[in-house]
Amino acid sequence: MALLSKKDANLILDPLADNNPITIQVLGICSALAITAELQASVVMAISVVFVLGIGNVVISLMRNIIPSKVRIIVQLIVVATLVIIVDQVLKAFAYELSKTLGAFVGLIITNCIIMGRFEAFALGNGPWKSFLDGIGNALGYGVILIIVGFFRELLGSGTLFGIPVLGDPIAKTGLYSIGYENNGFMIIPPAALIVVGIIIWIQRSRNKALIEEA
Amino acid sequence: MGMKEKLHQLKLKYQGKKMAPAFNAIHTFLYAPNETTHSGSHVRAVDDLKRTMNTVIMALVPCLLFGIFNAGYQHYSAVNGFPADFSIMEHFITWDNFWLGAITVLPLVVVSYGVGLLIEFIFAVIKGHEVEEGYLVTGMLVPLIVPVDTPLWMLAVAVAFGVVIGKEVFGGTGMNILNPALTIRAFLFFAYPTWMSGDKVWVHEGVQRAGTADAISGETILGYLAQGNSEAMYAKYDLSEMFFGFIPGSVGETSTFLILLGGLFLVFTKIASWRIMVSAVAGSLVMGLIFNGIVDAGWIPEYSKFYGLMQFDFWKHLIVGGLAFGIVYMATDPVTGSQTNKGKWIYGFLIGFISVMIRVFNPGYPEGVFLAILLMNVFAPTIDHYVVQGNVRRRMKRLKNATILPKPSDGKTAELKAETV
Repeated sequence: MALLSKKDANLILDPLADNNPITIQVLGICSALAITAELQASVVMAISVVFVLGIGNVVISLMRNIIPSKVRIIVQLIVVATLVIIVDQVLKAFAYELSKTLGAFVGLIITNCIIMGRFEAFALGNGPWKSFLDGIGNALGYGVILIIVGFFRELLGSGTLFGIPVLGDPIAKTGLYSIGYENNGFMIIPPAALIVVGIIIWIQRSRNKALIEEA
Repeated sequence: MGMKEKLHQLKLKYQGKKMAPAFNAIHTFLYAPNETTHSGSHVRAVDDLKRTMNTVIMALVPCLLFGIFNAGYQHYSAVNGFPADFSIMEHFITWDNFWLGAITVLPLVVVSYGVGLLIEFIFAVIKGHEVEEGYLVTGMLVPLIVPVDTPLWMLAVAVAFGVVIGKEVFGGTGMNILNPALTIRAFLFFAYPTWMSGDKVWVHEGVQRAGTADAISGETILGYLAQGNSEAMYAKYDLSEMFFGFIPGSVGETSTFLILLGGLFLVFTKIASWRIMVSAVAGSLVMGLIFNGIVDAGWIPEYSKFYGLMQFDFWKHLIVGGLAFGIVYMATDPVTGSQTNKGKWIYGFLIGFISVMIRVFNPGYPEGVFLAILLMNVFAPTIDHYVVQGNVRRRMKRLKNATILPKPSDGKTAELKAETV
């Protein structure tokens, strides 16, 4: 027996690939550009968004019949803000250095278009279980791209992964650096993330021609 | 059966196959194909893309040769001291200079062409179109606008990036928004700034010798000015050296004299736009004059970090750094520049204007030509749009005010209409 019905499974699997929030819907770009210079920050950001969007979608879905539609944006904002503050406090308590790296971007999860977008487009019209799956799926789709971008940017830009040197020591000239390799400073700056995301979009669309919009 | 026949038979064999574009590119490089167009009427002209590209390359060859000799001259002068009574034949055009220049500059050319053309071939085979000649000029420009000691693998990475992201993603030759050669340079600059700026990279072996007893310095003129060392700069270089190009800098951009000749050649052959060149020169002069005016008016104190570059005589900006090279060979790129005549004036003027502005206000990197041209590349379509719209509006106005006389064939209604216009 499958754990999830095919329809439910698609709620999670679709946003991972063919309906990815970043590469297809082009939402949540700002944080994808800003915090992906290090893989660790990308992973933490991905987990935070999974938490906020998964629970937020359930809460909004449970309240969907009692929220007056005129004030629904305010209600959604309060729900996101509450969850984001929880994330922020947890990070400050248990990973202070990391929360300093992420800085304002944890707080800015509130303005992440993916979250409000899923509340509006899905949670307001579907039950809590489906909304939970949809939230997890979209957040994972966002997280996967973040982690891919973070992986390449940290590897090429700093020669490390999760802060651990993998290509050798650039100062002592060991490993790859002994044959003249140098870190790519371009990868550290945010425009590089835009180009990496662009390349992912390019690869995805050339593999699946159905995703290409008509000109 | 001659060689030519054999090639034509091979061509038939490859027709429709994946490798056809790769074969055709090499084939038409040396031989004219044996087919003629049959349908419709065509413009018969000799200046096709290959001819245009070759003309620009011809205009670049003097810069390349000069760059080769200059690479050797700068190195030996930095090591052994500058000759007291400089004579071109004795100190510049020598076998030593040529040999050192050749082994440092030619690998740059080979890597630039090798990597760039390889990518062009791969994309042509994947997409199934003919290999376009667009890379021929880019491949020659790239070695001329990088420092002489740029590591070859960095150049290869940058060329791959520039050709794929700067050109192929937009659809290949003729579709790119940004000048590919400048995209390559911009990538190098932001990715490996230690190899692209400072006072060590412009002379061969400058980086290796840094920090040792044999350290040599090859500060560029703009570098001296950015640090406020005007006297030291004038003591080392005089105006004719700046103009003829016996100064440190990127490989092929130092000789304003040869660039001027190349520019005249391109204007004479109608390959490059004289409007862009003239307006870019005017733009840089205007910006230089404004800065000179600020200094003359005493609005800026001598200890300001902008003072050194601001007090530099406005016309001298044209003979140092890459400004002249950028204006003649890069700003005039027909693909990325403005297409309308009025647009070319605006586009060129702003390139010169912004180049000098970036030079002065960014002392950490006193060379803004490539940034200015890339910026204006982005704005060129907007400029063209407003020029075309302005023209449409003007003609609409003229149409509105015009009295349209009825033709004899029109009836009474047309006559009445004419009166009311």
